[in-house]
Amino acid sequence: MDIKQISVFLENKKGRLADVTETLSENGINIRALFLADTTDFGVLRMIVTDPDKALGVLKKHNFVAQETDVIACEVEDKPGGLNKILQLLNANDINIEYMYAFVEKKVDNAVVVFKIDENRKAVDVLRGNNIGLVTRDVLQSL
Amino acid sequence: MIWNQEFETMERTKLAGIQGRRLQELVARVYEKVPFYRKKMDEAGVRPADINSIDDIVKLPFTTKPDMRDVYPYGLLAVPEEDLVEVHTSSGTTGKPVVDAYTAADIELWKEVMARTLAMGDTTKKDTVQNAYGYGLFTGGLGVHYGARKIGANIIPISGGNTARQLDVMVDFKSTVYTSTPSYSLYLAEEGRKRGIDFKKLPLRVGLLGAEPWSDAMRKDIEEKLSITALDIYGLTEIIGPGVSSECEYKDGLHICEDVFYPEIINPVTGEALPDGEKGELVITTLTKEGTPVIRFRTRDITYLIREQCACGRTAVRMHRSLGRTDDMLIIRGVNVFPSQIEEVLVKIEGVEPHYQIVVDREKGKLDSIEVRVEMNERIFSDEIKNLEKAEKAIEEELYSALNIHAKVKLVESNSIERSMGKAKRVIDRRQL
Repeated sequence: MDIKQISVFLENKKGRLADVTETLSENGINIRALFLADTTDFGVLRMIVTDPDKALGVLKKHNFVAQETDVIACEVEDKPGGLNKILQLLNANDINIEYMYAFVEKKVDNAVVVFKIDENRKAVDVLRGNNIGLVTRDVLQSL
Repeated sequence: MIWNQEFETMERTKLAGIQGRRLQELVARVYEKVPFYRKKMDEAGVRPADINSIDDIVKLPFTTKPDMRDVYPYGLLAVPEEDLVEVHTSSGTTGKPVVDAYTAADIELWKEVMARTLAMGDTTKKDTVQNAYGYGLFTGGLGVHYGARKIGANIIPISGGNTARQLDVMVDFKSTVYTSTPSYSLYLAEEGRKRGIDFKKLPLRVGLLGAEPWSDAMRKDIEEKLSITALDIYGLTEIIGPGVSSECEYKDGLHICEDVFYPEIINPVTGEALPDGEKGELVITTLTKEGTPVIRFRTRDITYLIREQCACGRTAVRMHRSLGRTDDMLIIRGVNVFPSQIEEVLVKIEGVEPHYQIVVDREKGKLDSIEVRVEMNERIFSDEIKNLEKAEKAIEEELYSALNIHAKVKLVESNSIERSMGKAKRVIDRRQL
């Protein structure tokens, strides 16, 4: 159920993000979702890509410090209150979210929210138990 | 293994007698043949006749690096040019280069002291020496080469750089002894690990590393990563190149080839001689060199001398590994900081790479600021910003407790700090003083 997210360390230097996208593009890897968290000096780029293992390999080969991180993704009804419903659910079950980002997925016709949570297993159970649609690895990673 | 039993284990009073006679001869020779020294000695009011024992050396004037640059190229020559057989120079990055010109006898001397150096790492004719010091005007490559030839070892004169080739050669030719700068040896270890080389399975046994200051913690790191014993070797172009001193297997200070390179420690400010055990600037006199002999050269290296006999049986005085330089010592908000101190702290922190750079700045009307750039790696990387900020904070706190000044730590991308093939550039001082 876990989705492999690729996280990359980037200095806040001109052109570094483009270096990442160039590396991925050259290797035929598509970015499905992307989020950049930054501080004054550096940023962490988080991505859902079509082939995470290959992406990790080519990024490392290009001297980027990168890692795979397990995240979960679930479908959110694309209407007011859709996200709120899920967050209330997690909150009620005492599940802490480290970070999250959202995007619209063509295939499932809903918004998709990606969560980084310490206890993925528990979160998955809670979401499932409440009939929240989880997005599978295949759907997210396939074109 | 002791290469030269006679000189390396000589009884100290006998050694002092030899040093005294050699100094007398040297002073008489340079006074007659080198106008530069005659002028210096005349100005200092000292004559060759005033030198009767090695203790009289303190009467002689110092030679500094600027002195040597001023007389470029051949102002220190004590023999006719036709007697020279080889010339080396320093890089000249900070001015005119310093020239080291060798006669045939000087090359023999160089072979001898480098054979002693290599023998401290137990190098014998059975060894294969992978010499990754640069060949050319830089003294490292050929110095090691001559010593290995004298011992009869097999030499691979691969020179510096070309890391992929270094690794192939190390594996294919089963190198047992490796020589380079400490920072390059770490770089080589990293690149080897990336290629899946298991250094534990290679016959590589010992690394003779020098030409830049390094710490015991960095030694430990190198020894683990390359699975070798790493020994510090020391030398400088102004004196001969490598071969001035080196560590034996006890790693308890570097044995100086004292019968030919006479060491003193002075207070770098007053020039006063300091007793054994006290830290100061190392000064060396080349007792027997013919081409470009040097009297009381101020090395700018900070160290101290150890005279108790070493467990290995050598009697020559030892110097502690260079504790820094009088010229790269940073004074930050009145605190003396050596880059080596910062390195000591960094390599002790779990997961931190010893690739770092120190940037010192002084904004107008503000105090000096020091930023330590530390390379990110897989062990400290996290997808969560708070963990990365925590790592920066932790390093900052360690630095504060060691140096007592606040340094800002900045995590930078892996491999973004320049890997030099020679000496690593650790400090960028942007202060307009």
